Amino acid sequence: MNEWLLIIGMMALTFIPRYLPIAMAGKFKIPPLLGRALEFVPIAVLTAIISQTSLVHEGELDLAFTNPYLYALVAAVITAWVTKHTFKTIVIGLVVYAIAFVLN
Amino acid sequence: MKETKKLFWQGARDIIPLLIAAAPFGIVYGALAQANGLSTLATIGMSLFVFAGSSQFVAATLVGVGAALPVILLTVFIVNLRHMLYSISMMPLVGELPQKLRLIMSFWLTDEAYATLSKRLLDEPKMAHFHRYYLGAAFAMYFNWQCCTLIGVFLGQQVPDLTKWGLDVAMVVAFVGIVVPILQNKAQWACAGTAFISALLTFSWPHQTGLLFSSLLAILVGLFLSRDEYAKVVHDSVEIGPNKDNANE
Repeated sequence: MNEWLLIIGMMALTFIPRYLPIAMAGKFKIPPLLGRALEFVPIAVLTAIISQTSLVHEGELDLAFTNPYLYALVAAVITAWVTKHTFKTIVIGLVVYAIAFVLN
Repeated sequence: MKETKKLFWQGARDIIPLLIAAAPFGIVYGALAQANGLSTLATIGMSLFVFAGSSQFVAATLVGVGAALPVILLTVFIVNLRHMLYSISMMPLVGELPQKLRLIMSFWLTDEAYATLSKRLLDEPKMAHFHRYYLGAAFAMYFNWQCCTLIGVFLGQQVPDLTKWGLDVAMVVAFVGIVVPILQNKAQWACAGTAFISALLTFSWPHQTGLLFSSLLAILVGLFLSRDEYAKVVHDSVEIGPNKDNANE
């Protein structure tokens, strides 16, 4: 396969969905219902990524207590809830992950 | 320093936790793409010109299993549709900006830059010159991604097992650190809960379509549950007269 054909194709198909709405902004008014829906976008998309990345591995659901991601996830949710601080959440989540990964 | 310049660097500073979280992802991408047979130049070129973490991962993986070009491109397109949701949600903000600026803002649109901007807009919804702030965050992300790709290309040749360390956990905890503090009312919690469970039920759908489906479903749930609250806000804002004092209690 031609690698550069792949890159050019990917570039176009990645850029178009990112650009089209932003390019058209200002040309028409956004209906209030859509505006309200948009407020939920970050929560919905990021949470779906969180759940799949932490609990699905190699094509299978991994809810076992041997899954180190599970501990990192729980620790991160608690830290984020208590501290409301992104960086502290990352540090504590990673430390818990490292411990669970090593102990496994 | 000029106010607008300051905003640029504020954006670059505020995204730092997410740069740290994305770094392992970029490093693993560099290592994986090489291990799966992409040339060094194409591995770097993809980061420079495509600049989309999950798409690059998917492409590197599919190249490894010998998938055909149209299959890879279709998959990349579907994986990227979630960026369209981000782009749509930025529409109310960018209406006045010149197209040239919108072009670069779109090319640099990532989960991380978007999350950083959302967080800031939550504190300051009517932020002036928000695009300076966004561009600072987005530029830092782009620069960081290129460095990490290079490190991955280099490390991948030294440490062949790198791709099995589960380094994507950094992304998980970073996103938790963004989402959980935003959750303030019932509708937002329900939206997150729906996305979480639905993504687990649909993970086996082809080309990560489950991710997109779950996001849309969660948005609908959030919309449905927030309808009363919204109606109340509209109602309160038009209400004047005898009830005014009660509303302030």
